[in-house]
Amino acid sequence: MKKFGFGLWPRKQSSGQTAKERLQILLAHERGSSAEAPDFLPQLQRDILEVVRRHMQIDNDAVDVRMERGDDFSSLEINIELPAKRVPPQGVPRRR
Amino acid sequence: MTPDSNEDQRVSKIIVVTSGKGGVGKTTSAAAISAALAKRGHKTVVIDFDVGLRNLDMIMGCERRVVFDFINVIQGEARLKQALIKDKRLDTLSVLPTSQTRDKDALTTEGVEKVLAELREEFDYIICDSPAGIERGAQLAMYFADEAIVVTNPEVSSVRDSDRVLGLLASKTKRAEEGGEPIKAQVLLTRYDSARIKKGEMMSLEDVLEILAVPLLGIIPESTAVLRASNVGVPVVLDEPSNASAAYEDAVARLLGDKVDMRIEDEKRPGFFNRLFGRSA
Repeated sequence: MKKFGFGLWPRKQSSGQTAKERLQILLAHERGSSAEAPDFLPQLQRDILEVVRRHMQIDNDAVDVRMERGDDFSSLEINIELPAKRVPPQGVPRRR
Repeated sequence: MTPDSNEDQRVSKIIVVTSGKGGVGKTTSAAAISAALAKRGHKTVVIDFDVGLRNLDMIMGCERRVVFDFINVIQGEARLKQALIKDKRLDTLSVLPTSQTRDKDALTTEGVEKVLAELREEFDYIICDSPAGIERGAQLAMYFADEAIVVTNPEVSSVRDSDRVLGLLASKTKRAEEGGEPIKAQVLLTRYDSARIKKGEMMSLEDVLEILAVPLLGIIPESTAVLRASNVGVPVVLDEPSNASAAYEDAVARLLGDKVDMRIEDEKRPGFFNRLFGRSA
């Protein structure tokens, strides 16, 4: 019914088309990386933690990895929580 | 809208959505029920137990945001907080996806118990979406449950498998083994097609309940809204209003102890005007 006669009608993508696109994006990722290198993210997280620790003291759970897979690009977001500055204890003279 | 839970003394419930047979609507139901609970203000998490064949993430529409999963948490490779995906539509709803690359042996009783215990501290409702079958994944999905929703179609193989699953719920679960209060099991009749039942092509509600002899949680009519919702990755109760979403809302009200009359609403055939100008499925 929508194929003809309603050129000016705001056309909404059919849900079947949405389904196809979602699957294409997902399967492109799954067929590519995860089959050969499953679960590399835990290792990546450990590596980051180790590298950062060479330079500063951070907690075991200070590294947070997030991913957002997109049609054109995917993003990997890595947040590293640094410890708050320590407040020097009372009565101890602060060194300059 | 006020959740009846208390932050200090959270009494959380673990509910398994199971069926034995595949394709009857377990994941659709788990997603819809979780979303309906969260909509009412209950902190809810839904867990995918189908290791290796993950699909809950697609139905919930969070498939692009999976980083860590249930198995990573069980194996100590990620913290639970990192694996939980917060729903973008409801802040009371979270998804714990499963692994797409491992197999069911990655699930251990101790690991599942530990994760569930941790989830109990934060959530009011923990919905376990069971895989089909009655093997390890399905057994672990039901093992720690307080309640069970047995998804059944009015069709012989589905009813037979549901009967088998009801037997397992009564014998192969923690509550059964420890001789505690039995798991409260209820049937959710899905893909209910009144027209075909009237013609005698499918078993009626009465037939199914007579055979299974457990209470009925709800009747979900066969509906195009269900396929549409899965296409776009939205739990059916968060999508456009439909007879299926109303039926899930009713089922959840009953799950929470409300008295709601059973109604069987057939899908309305779109009229001429709707067919011309209505939104396509």
